[in-house]
Amino acid sequence: MIPALFFYLFAGICVASALMVIASRNPVHSVLFLILAFVNASGLFVLMGAEFLALILVVVYVGAVAVLFLFVVMMLDVDFVQLRRGSLQYLPVGGLVGLVLLVELLLVVGAWAIGPGVQKTVALPIPTDMSNAEALGRVLYTRYVYFFQAAGLVLLVAMIGAIVLTLRHKPNVRRQVISDQLARRKEDIIELKTMRPGQGVAEVQGESR
Amino acid sequence: MAELWNDYLWPLLIIVVQSLALLLILMTAIAYILYADRKIWAAVQIRRGPNVVGPWGLLQSFADMLKFALKEPIIPDGANKGLFILAPIVTCVLALSAWAVIPVAEGWAVADINVGILYIFAISSLSVYGIIMAGWASNSKYAFLSSLRSAAQMVSYEVSIGFVIITVLLCVGSLNLSAIVKAQDTPWGLLGWYWLPLFPMFIIFFVSALAETNRPPFDLVEAESELVAGFMVEYGSTPYVLFMLGEYVAITTMCAMCTILFLGGWLSPIPFPPFTWVPGVIWFTLKVLFVFFMFALVKAFVPRYRYDQLMRLGWKVFLPISLVMVVIVAGVLQYTGLAPK
Repeated sequence: MIPALFFYLFAGICVASALMVIASRNPVHSVLFLILAFVNASGLFVLMGAEFLALILVVVYVGAVAVLFLFVVMMLDVDFVQLRRGSLQYLPVGGLVGLVLLVELLLVVGAWAIGPGVQKTVALPIPTDMSNAEALGRVLYTRYVYFFQAAGLVLLVAMIGAIVLTLRHKPNVRRQVISDQLARRKEDIIELKTMRPGQGVAEVQGESR
Repeated sequence: MAELWNDYLWPLLIIVVQSLALLLILMTAIAYILYADRKIWAAVQIRRGPNVVGPWGLLQSFADMLKFALKEPIIPDGANKGLFILAPIVTCVLALSAWAVIPVAEGWAVADINVGILYIFAISSLSVYGIIMAGWASNSKYAFLSSLRSAAQMVSYEVSIGFVIITVLLCVGSLNLSAIVKAQDTPWGLLGWYWLPLFPMFIIFFVSALAETNRPPFDLVEAESELVAGFMVEYGSTPYVLFMLGEYVAITTMCAMCTILFLGGWLSPIPFPPFTWVPGVIWFTLKVLFVFFMFALVKAFVPRYRYDQLMRLGWKVFLPISLVMVVIVAGVLQYTGLAPK
């Protein structure tokens, strides 16, 4: 009874905040509702006994991705009310996409029940004495290592792409070169001169050369 | 009904009582840690520090708390009211909730969960939201600038903290905080803790912890010379206290993490009686206080970093070093056969 109660609590808040993401007028509020949805989704993961996935969801999506998202949205000065005007005309298309997704999800879930061969490939059975993270680690780095590496490569390519898009070399910009600064010695920078009265710095330097 | 009581209500009651006890001790400890911070800072600068309220100023923190609680909370006119109030609460609650999994002695944790270290990592990565929300909701440019800085700063240093944690986990083979402490239980005592074999990581963790908790010299979030008081500039009275409390609780959490990951948690530094007869919680407290003393000394000694230096340190120094160390530690463990089974 209690787990069911918690399920409905998490699921209810998750769906409600997901709705608020698209319904709220202020984009920053939208992102904050998105974060609430993420946190509640991780609560659902915990209820299913997948505590590792739950915390990874929080660390990666809430702790890193959504922060950057919020960062960008806060700095943008976009009039979202203006953008939203007439958004109802997209309702048929959006509804259609939603419907297709729903049907596909139902088909995927249904396949577990319908196809007799699918049952065997559901997953490797997790031994009960093994923790969640351990069970995941054992298959991720052995059986699925190529997929794991491929996913890493995709991310690397995305990262390089982002860097290339934003990297520009401006000429005539004085940049700080830390190694040059660290290589400076006192002898190279400070020069002691004896000054006689009525004599300027320029004259002293002229003398020394 | 009896089943409901046995399965849910009784454990809930136990957890509530444990949490309240922990909260009470933590709050008192925070009051004196704040006092210690100011006293150490004063001693370094050859001042007296707080010395008026109570004997040697021991009641200073309580007087401050009372003063803040009795003040009128002011919400600026242009502020986003809901978020303005929510931000300090988020900061404080998140900081406190991290303590739920920290084992202060063998078996003494409110929740000794399997993924304890990930939980703390997640909570500490969430704490940036309190600052961002405060900065944005205040509707003030200083607060906003500061929250942008802090978002970048905390995300950057989380990366290196993550890699440091991974190296420790490679040596332990578990994500459980109690297991991490037990893995350091060797006949060599003090010398068997991870601070020695993983010394570079210990330093990186210590510095990153300073940056993650916005302690000086990385307190650019509230750089008073540039940003008045950073993201808290519009806050006063109780909401401000919640920020202050959240900050110091986060600092003690980081000290506790440092203790657990590198200084052997509740273990005695000298592994034979009479030292092993001392209860673990005392060793744990002493170690946390030692790490905090170092935090306080850094605050007193080191001048504030410039923002670009801070980012450079995070991304160009700590990230490559910690990444290489992960590879080296993993390689050494694998080829010497020391890797945990």
